[in-house]
Amino acid sequence: MNPLLRWFHKLGSPPYFDRFAARWAPWGYGLGFLVMAVGLYGALFVVPADYQQGDSFRILYIHVPSAWMSMAVFALMAVYAAIALVWRIKLCEILAMACAPIGAGFTLVTLATGSIWGKPMWGTWWDWDPRLTTELILLFLYLGVIGLYNAIDDRRAAARAAGLLAIVGVVLLPVIRYSVVWWNSLHQGQTIRMFGESSMDASMVWPLAWMVIGTKLWFLGALLARARADNLRREAGKAWVTQVPEASR
Amino acid sequence: MSAAPTLLSTARALMARDARLLWRRRGDSLQPALFALLVVVLFALALGGERDALAPSAGAVLWVAVLLAGLLSLDTLFRGDAEDGSLEQWMLAPVPLAWLVAVRTFMHWATTSLPLLVATPVLGELLYLPRDQLGLLLVGLALGTPLLSLLGSVVAALTVGMRRSGILVALLALPLYVPVLVFGAGSIAASAQGLDPTGALLLLAAGLVLTLVLAPLAAAAAIRIALT
Repeated sequence: MNPLLRWFHKLGSPPYFDRFAARWAPWGYGLGFLVMAVGLYGALFVVPADYQQGDSFRILYIHVPSAWMSMAVFALMAVYAAIALVWRIKLCEILAMACAPIGAGFTLVTLATGSIWGKPMWGTWWDWDPRLTTELILLFLYLGVIGLYNAIDDRRAAARAAGLLAIVGVVLLPVIRYSVVWWNSLHQGQTIRMFGESSMDASMVWPLAWMVIGTKLWFLGALLARARADNLRREAGKAWVTQVPEASR
Repeated sequence: MSAAPTLLSTARALMARDARLLWRRRGDSLQPALFALLVVVLFALALGGERDALAPSAGAVLWVAVLLAGLLSLDTLFRGDAEDGSLEQWMLAPVPLAWLVAVRTFMHWATTSLPLLVATPVLGELLYLPRDQLGLLLVGLALGTPLLSLLGSVVAALTVGMRRSGILVALLALPLYVPVLVFGAGSIAASAQGLDPTGALLLLAAGLVLTLVLAPLAAAAAIRIALT
């Protein structure tokens, strides 16, 4: 058998996944922390102040990566949920449900930093504009997924039901993405492009790239740690769990 | 051995059964309209009962009242059938589960939202709704309430396995309901400002067509998850 495929099958086994997550979660957290520290240093001390917004634009380096993550995590959750629904892979159920609280956290950070940024720039903490409203609805969707997962007793049925909700909720993602294009919005339009010319100056972009990579690494660490905890909770009582040092405490 | 049931014959049987059950507890079908009336009265009293204060917000208040009344009746959509085991028979039936879900959702809409639609002109009068907005409001609600029922059927199916769903139904339904409310109430706000409201109505109609196809499938998948 192809070694990559064999590794993939082995990962579906709870004890093997536990060892894998225990090994790599600290790396995700650690590397993510380091990369984000570099990015934040660049954002706060190296990058020149904006000619219009002054120093207050620097919150962008937290706001934008977490906004991207809030949507990317939702999409990833839906992908895991779809895999779990079709192929009944238990690990994918666990991973999908581990995504939800992390994504909700990123959404909350996005809303909070945007609100703090909005006060000096727009003169208001909140505005019922399409981008802000859809992001708030995204938070409600995350809370709905978490709430549904916790409300059903049978863990596997709970994960499948909450996963279905996540798949239904995916229709919101393009609406958030294009809300600044479709409607007149107080929120600024797209300024950063992966391909082609960004309307952000090149000297301001590099800490953003570090922050984007840093949040991704940190997310991987958090995902593995959360999935590992849920995995141990579901497998509680099995012989191999009693061998895990953290579980016996 | 009788012939295998067709889509239409099962739909007829299910609708006849639902109608008979409803007729035996006919008081229940007035509950959504009564609830909407209560919401309208509370809003009118909270805003001081002045014509000048009520008339501009009447359309929006009526949309919220109808939405909340629909939310309240969501729990009854599959609950009774889940408790007496009929839902298991649905899954075993030789017709697609999604079809039965669609028929049930239609009956639920006809018995809970249609009375509300009939009562809307009266409720509008209580809020001094401008007469020229009434037609637009009714068209918007006629497009919007089936959309809300269909989206609600997914949420009701997701929570059908729980003994008590409570606030969770509202939390799950809210994100799905918000676009309907935005475009529905938005059409009235647009016409009040002298703008063309047809764009919002067309979006509601497009959403209705889309959910008419997809929502019964999603709700059927959710019922299968809840009952296995």
